[in-house]
Amino acid sequence: MDLKLDHHSEDRLTIVEVEGEIDVYTAPRLRELLIDLVNKGNFHLLVNMEKVDFLDSTGLGVLVGGLKRVRAHDGSLELVCTQERILKIFRITGLTKVFGIYASVEEAKEAHGRDK
Amino acid sequence: MATVELTFSALPAHVRTARLVATAIARRTGVEESLLDEVRLAVGEACSRAVEAHRLHCPGEPIRIELCDDSGRFEVIVTDAAPSDELERQERTTPSLEDFLGKIPDTLMSGFGIAVIAGLADDVEVFPSPKGMRIRMSWPAAPNGLSPV
Repeated sequence: MDLKLDHHSEDRLTIVEVEGEIDVYTAPRLRELLIDLVNKGNFHLLVNMEKVDFLDSTGLGVLVGGLKRVRAHDGSLELVCTQERILKIFRITGLTKVFGIYASVEEAKEAHGRDK
Repeated sequence: MATVELTFSALPAHVRTARLVATAIARRTGVEESLLDEVRLAVGEACSRAVEAHRLHCPGEPIRIELCDDSGRFEVIVTDAAPSDELERQERTTPSLEDFLGKIPDTLMSGFGIAVIAGLADDVEVFPSPKGMRIRMSWPAAPNGLSPV
């Protein structure tokens, strides 16, 4: 499956919907989108990965790159993910300590609201 | 022993094909369903690393992947022709959180693939050399070879 990307804003939070496979071939498209969003002033990003079938270290690199960019603006990049096969790669690389990972968009929005 | 060999140009689009072939053969060889995601990810990481190395050093050379079932193991060997340099020796150490967040550009993150592979496959060997890198990994499979499915 190819990669499908969409995004919309709710209050100060920009929700990025990702569907499909994030690998060495498709990850540049996600990187471009994250850079574009940050360049346009969206500094609080929530990446919904519930429909991601595959994620490799190239995809992780893109997410880390996005996190570095938003942090430069005191922003945040958090994830929605409950799939064990995706969470496993975050655990192997220790990135569960770096990203806020939520079970649903609603849960992330509530946490984001509390942090305001 | 049955072996499938695949060679492909160093193009990112072909990594998905290699993943799909490896997963299909792993399933046919009798690797447990619960391990197939690990096979898919580990093979993808090894092929991604090889593609990036070839694009830097030898974009015209093909990458080779061998898939074998032998003695109750499903074995995958990914061989590239790009010289292994100091950076790749560093990749085999587990990166720290500082590495992730500041000391390296995110374009190098895919180089952490070997650390990911080591976390996935229970049997991994990495053979770097000036003539290229060879990554061999294996998983338990059906003891009598091909599964009946």
